[in-house]
Amino acid sequence: MNYADLGLKVGIEIHQQLDTKHKLFCRCPTELREVEDSNFEFFRYLRLKRSELGTEDRAAKEEVMRSRRFTYKFYDTTCLVEADEEPPTEINREALIIGIQIAKMLNMELVDELHVMRKIVIDGSNTTGFQRTALLAFDGYLEVDGRRIGVATLCIEEEAAKKVEERRGEVVYSLDRLGIPLVEIGTEPDINSPEMAKKVAKKLGMILRSTGKVKRGLGTIRQDVNISIEQGARVEIKGVQDVDILDKIVEYEVVRQVNLLRIRDELRKRNARVCEEIFDVKDVFASTKSKILRKAKAIMAVKLEGFSGLVGMEIQPGRRLGTEFADIAKTFGLGGIFHTDELPAYGISEQEVEELRKAVNAGEGDAVIIAAGDEQRVRNALARIVERAKFCLVGVPEETRKANDDGTTSYLRPLPGAARMYPETDVPPVVIDEEMRGVEVPELIEERAERYMRSYGLSEDLAMIMADPRYSGIFEEFAGSVEASVVARVLHIIPSQLRKEGYDVDRLGEEDFRLTLSMIRDGKIAKEGAEEVLKILSREKVGEEEILARLSPSKDLDGFIADLVKEKSDLIAERGENAFKPLMGLVMKEFRGKVDGKVIAEKLREAIKRELENI
Amino acid sequence: MRGKRVRIRAKGRIFEGIALPSEDGKIVLKLDNGYNVGFYDYEIIEEEEFEVPEVKLPAVKEREGLKNVKVISTGGTIASKVDYKTGAVTSQFTAEEIVSDIPELAEICNISAELLYNILSENMRPEYWITLARRVYEAIKEGYEGVVVTHGTDTMHYSASALAFMLRTPVPVVFVGAQRSSDRPSSDAAINMICSAHTALSDLGEVAVVMHATTSDDYCHIHRGVKVRKNHTSRRDAFESVNYPPLGRVWSDGRIEWIAERFRRGERELQLFDSLEEKVALIKYFPGLTPEILEFFHDRGYRGFVIEGTGLGHVSTDWVDTVKRVAEDSLIVMTSQCLWGRVCDRVYDTGRYLLKAGVIEGEDMLPETALIKVMWLLGNFELEEARELVKKNLVGEINYRSGYEEEFE
Repeated sequence: MNYADLGLKVGIEIHQQLDTKHKLFCRCPTELREVEDSNFEFFRYLRLKRSELGTEDRAAKEEVMRSRRFTYKFYDTTCLVEADEEPPTEINREALIIGIQIAKMLNMELVDELHVMRKIVIDGSNTTGFQRTALLAFDGYLEVDGRRIGVATLCIEEEAAKKVEERRGEVVYSLDRLGIPLVEIGTEPDINSPEMAKKVAKKLGMILRSTGKVKRGLGTIRQDVNISIEQGARVEIKGVQDVDILDKIVEYEVVRQVNLLRIRDELRKRNARVCEEIFDVKDVFASTKSKILRKAKAIMAVKLEGFSGLVGMEIQPGRRLGTEFADIAKTFGLGGIFHTDELPAYGISEQEVEELRKAVNAGEGDAVIIAAGDEQRVRNALARIVERAKFCLVGVPEETRKANDDGTTSYLRPLPGAARMYPETDVPPVVIDEEMRGVEVPELIEERAERYMRSYGLSEDLAMIMADPRYSGIFEEFAGSVEASVVARVLHIIPSQLRKEGYDVDRLGEEDFRLTLSMIRDGKIAKEGAEEVLKILSREKVGEEEILARLSPSKDLDGFIADLVKEKSDLIAERGENAFKPLMGLVMKEFRGKVDGKVIAEKLREAIKRELENI
Repeated sequence: MRGKRVRIRAKGRIFEGIALPSEDGKIVLKLDNGYNVGFYDYEIIEEEEFEVPEVKLPAVKEREGLKNVKVISTGGTIASKVDYKTGAVTSQFTAEEIVSDIPELAEICNISAELLYNILSENMRPEYWITLARRVYEAIKEGYEGVVVTHGTDTMHYSASALAFMLRTPVPVVFVGAQRSSDRPSSDAAINMICSAHTALSDLGEVAVVMHATTSDDYCHIHRGVKVRKNHTSRRDAFESVNYPPLGRVWSDGRIEWIAERFRRGERELQLFDSLEEKVALIKYFPGLTPEILEFFHDRGYRGFVIEGTGLGHVSTDWVDTVKRVAEDSLIVMTSQCLWGRVCDRVYDTGRYLLKAGVIEGEDMLPETALIKVMWLLGNFELEEARELVKKNLVGEINYRSGYEEEFE
């Protein structure tokens, strides 16, 4: 695909959780909890507020009031601020400082005075009905492959509560995540290829990690992507958690938009049109074999004139235009739709399809969509599908979509209007003074990794890992006195292996790595012993002496070898020097990790040689 | 209203947005992305005034078959709303405003709204209670089924007490407020208002406070106006009945579950006693406080005193002489900073000395209620009569039997 010709424009928005001591507007820890640990729960409703023009959809309001009840799980690590029962504290300075560091790394300008705003969000993920957010910096750039990608804004904001359960008419949220500081970084739409999108996201991720102050692990960083092509439309794709599929997301979205434009051209050629009427077709399916239709209270249909063959056309791998209609039906609480491009199937007979066509007066070239379920829902969904189908003649609708794991996307909701924001009057503005501006910018992981490759001869992969702030401090502390590759083994390679073997390596802290490395440095254990030490420390916290006592050979090595050689003298007589290998195995079984393997091999060889001489 | 759109140069770049009122030589801009940002070093290149469009709300139509409720606003959090353009939070109050914000109300009753004051409740004063009592009195005479008074929460229980003494009402007079401002999607205002409207139509004949009963948007408590207190600085369920159960629970669908004995609709004749003695002081005793404080107020012409004493109703014994002197021409009522429980000055010597010196026990009255009662007694009766009325239950402020009311959830 020629992305330049298509006029591809991509902008990325990254949300990264910060690893601060406290949340952004209260003094709770930024700690995630198990839902079972909740010690209290309460429920609320949220109401739509009138817009500045006084307009407001009453139906929507009733829906908010009647059908969405939000239940919140509270913990001993959350407080009345998360519960919207106490005013927020002043903004967390630690988070601001990290934000300033990141802004400087992205060559951005800082505002003189930071104002916290309320951004209206009524899906329940914020107990207040708004998200607190503040613009800290603007107008920066980062360089990727020698190209400058503009960075439009950097905001500091609160993380939303996590959805833990969704029942009919009720959503359950956990308050532990609510209020964790986030930085939101939005690039300009300067990105013009899928690969570039992925590279920019990766580079941003690397810059964020370089601060050593960001949360790590699943869900701590999320990407939203804005994609458009010429003649297409701006589509916002939300919640990409895996940066490795970012290129695929962009690629598939371009494919989708190109295909929708093809469908548009074909429809125009055919003089297609969408009939507004919603037909009741329940009678057609009076004795149907389709289980879904038999159960349904109402079965209705709409007619898309000239759409035949196009509803079933694939627009993304495994997704057809009909899938887009089905997505809409799902947002109205229905299971999905059937359309004539895929029928007869699913228990619907050829005869029924014919009668259906007759009932809505559809010709060969027309497509018919049917939906079944509760009457009001079916009507609402089909009306919205008619609206969507009409847009097929215009092109690509602007909308918000959700990223699927395979890189495709599904319809979520229309693109939000200009986000409604008003000041958070409970939080005073903060003057960004010289002292805050002067905060030091950390060395980038990339730069540090290059230094490690140069100075310590590490491979690029290993250097990148050691350069991560999680390791770099200890690495540099020991890399001078212990072989760098051994330090890397202790810090990363051994723990990764142990994790696979089921050891709880998350219990290992900096002090454990320090202890292990200093024992190697001081010659108290052989480097082969590191694995054993880490195994012990991942189980229990014991001191150096206790570790040495556990590692010290139960028998002395020389004595063990002498005994062994005597015992196996027949074998040695038979095999000569080839007896070394099996015997080495037996000695290692006893002394692995306790004595340097080289020393053992030397002594054993010596003993075998002596035994052979004696024979 | 007019707004100002400006274009400025700052940080070597050009910014455009709506200029918000600010001081100290800085400028705060509302950028087109909605964010407010402050600049200190800037230069205005261009400015342009524009008209902020007036919001036109549909007129509220009276519905046949629905009863009429008068809503009187005194200001406070419940009436505040936000202007998304400028971000300013203002306070307005018409029936149209209320109904467009809480459309459910239009299904419950016909609302006639009136903005009497637009003050924060911390600025409430006795003279405002007099005006308020008169307005409510008139509304009841005009035949409204009930009256709802929207009020800031800080002093709502003082105002409710004041009206309870000043107005013998045959219909519900319901005070309501919000702990979260109405411009928030999470505000408690809507449910409180809906429950108040239901209460205003109910079989009740007294002054009550209706607010959230729990932290959830579950149901509201109907509290007796002279037995309620704001007991939390910020929680939705800050208001609690003290020394008497809540009168009832009310849900937003109109269900009411009555709990305690109450004045019924039509039980009392409408009567207005609209004078108050403002020179009454509430003095909280603490270890080391000398009786000079009493003398100070007495010298300034104060003749009414409510002491918030310790435990069963005590102040230090070195107050006795001063108390005796002041009590000669004044009313001194003893209440307790424990809040929960009844004052009894016959148990310990100190209490007995104070009684002898002329202190009157405030029974199980809340200190704030006792303050209002003394204001009202001194405003409407001679001193001797007032003294006799202190310990007499007039409007439900005294409950002669104590139970385990604090366990009501």
